[in-house]
Amino acid sequence: MTGLTVIDKLWRAHRVMPVSDTSDLLYIDRIFLHERTGSIALQSLASAGYPVRRPKQVFATMDHIVDTMPGRGDRSPVPNGAEFIRATRDSAAEAGITLFDIDDPRQGIVHVISPELGLALPGLTLVCPDSHTGTIGGLGALAWGIGSTEAEHALATQTLIARRPRQMRISFDGNLAPGTGAKDLILHLIGRYGAGGGSGSAIEFSGEAIRQLPVEGRLTLCNMAVEFGAWTGVVAPDDATLEYVDGRDFAPTGADWAAAVEAWRRLHSDEDALFDEEIALDVTSLRPQVSWGTSPQHVTSTDGRVPSPSSATDRAARDSMEKALAYMDLTPGQALSALNINAAFIGSCTNARLSDLRDAAAVLRGNRVAEGVRAICVPGSSAVKRAAEAEGLDAVFREAGFEWREAGCSLCFYAGGEGFSPGDRVVSSTNRNFEGRQGPGTRTHLASPATVAASAVLGHIGSAGDIA
Amino acid sequence: MNSDATFTGIAAPLLRINVDTDAIIPSREMKRVAKTGLSDGLFANWRYLDAATRKPDPAFLLNQPPFDRSSILLSGRNFGCGSSREHAVWALKEWGIRAIIAPSFGSIFATNCVNNGVLPIRLDEQVIDGMATQVAADPAGNTVTIDLANRSVSQGGSDWTFDIGDREQQMLLRGLSPIAMTLESDERIRAFEQQYLLERPWARL
Repeated sequence: MTGLTVIDKLWRAHRVMPVSDTSDLLYIDRIFLHERTGSIALQSLASAGYPVRRPKQVFATMDHIVDTMPGRGDRSPVPNGAEFIRATRDSAAEAGITLFDIDDPRQGIVHVISPELGLALPGLTLVCPDSHTGTIGGLGALAWGIGSTEAEHALATQTLIARRPRQMRISFDGNLAPGTGAKDLILHLIGRYGAGGGSGSAIEFSGEAIRQLPVEGRLTLCNMAVEFGAWTGVVAPDDATLEYVDGRDFAPTGADWAAAVEAWRRLHSDEDALFDEEIALDVTSLRPQVSWGTSPQHVTSTDGRVPSPSSATDRAARDSMEKALAYMDLTPGQALSALNINAAFIGSCTNARLSDLRDAAAVLRGNRVAEGVRAICVPGSSAVKRAAEAEGLDAVFREAGFEWREAGCSLCFYAGGEGFSPGDRVVSSTNRNFEGRQGPGTRTHLASPATVAASAVLGHIGSAGDIA
Repeated sequence: MNSDATFTGIAAPLLRINVDTDAIIPSREMKRVAKTGLSDGLFANWRYLDAATRKPDPAFLLNQPPFDRSSILLSGRNFGCGSSREHAVWALKEWGIRAIIAPSFGSIFATNCVNNGVLPIRLDEQVIDGMATQVAADPAGNTVTIDLANRSVSQGGSDWTFDIGDREQQMLLRGLSPIAMTLESDERIRAFEQQYLLERPWARL
């Protein structure tokens, strides 16, 4: 008998029963909801006459459409946003689930607060009606994004039906060069293998570069597995994971902690485990990455050039590149460093944790944002904001010319409220560069927080190494 | 959610790759805490010259007869990637789309489709290109028929089979509620949960 992958181990621990040749019913440890869709699921469930089965295992937060301006209340920049906020508050109270409300010190972006509070743990299953839920795989949990109907199913039954996934292992070998990190790894991977490269798969990320990656970087990596088409991503827990989890508000203590550690030590792929596909990438010479187009597969390095559609592998990819060039107002061969920017955004479930803000602040210290660039930093959670302020990072951002805001998803996506302007070129630490994602006609370039900060200072796309 | 065993419709070839759920329904079009009233926002960024005044863009396929009566979409790979918003499926369904044929789908989107009685049908890219060519020659004549019970798609004299899980097929054909189906196994869930938490006291809240 061959060994088991870390994904097999997570799967088997939660398998209630098979439901078909291809799918199993899995037990769900934690369910998270947010105000954009949570109340629809809770209301629909209540009207169908089903109670929430285990309210203690269900949490909701306000993140997607809350105001991030200082002194905020229930007012939302999104049309009818306050209606979503109130409905979530009411339906959460009715269902008896814990809500991290706007003024709660634990409030923040769902995928930032669940690890931060110790509610997400290695070895658990966690679901949320948000496509970036795979983020939590960075802790060694099995976590995936679901729709509203599935959320209702999970709330009513504490289980979900899941198709046994194709499994991939992606090994990032070698050591990352200074100035590069998790965001560069994942952008590079998607750029090389395409936005559907991991289609439907569960991916274990492994290799030397991953072992050296701090837990927050692993969360960033797994956050964008969905941009690679993956069902989810996982990094097996190790000492760094245990150190990260230990002492968090909801983390186990005493004998429970000891039992947890014993279980988590077994949570790795066996030597002889088999995957459906394995990819190994040497990342030693990886340069800071940036997206140029309107799909996360449209990626090059900050010192690279806009590619030509004639380099595309097929007609569909060529058409997509041509559409992207037109939308982004680019011509093939243009240097990315020649692109002047109007805005810089640091935030989102991808890159708004304390380490991200530290990376950006290290670039900004003693520098000023270039003339004509609007720069905004939105911490990922209220706790991240307080921690950053305690070490003076807010002053670094403000003195450099950045806005310093309250926690939330904010300008990561346009929902009819706040957005960048048509034609604006934005360098952003977020996860999606789709047409109109950050505002109608807005052109988004995805990059790491350090690259966003450097570009803000330079006034054009560039990395920290380009600042004289 | 019920889906007819067979139906025939006009197919609209929207042969782009990576059509994301932001494009299917932009977040700003999710205006109410509801699953309805969304079809007006379907493909809003492509369908209207000006989203605010709702002036239709005559160049967009679904604005052109007979595609404004399409019930089937043909698309490129990775259709429905991106955000998990089920509003994308609710909007497509409300507009009249009953099946989407593409080489691959965003995985959350595909599940959302089945849960709402919309069929996500995977066929090879070459097959879809061939179907699109037939549609271009005579959109109203070369309709597409989908037979869920037999898992087949046909157009003119050709037909192809597609994969769908037994459970999903039965759920769609019989119009069963996924929650009710799962709760038939409630005792097994309870027994599993008890044992699971006994072995993992650290997972308990």
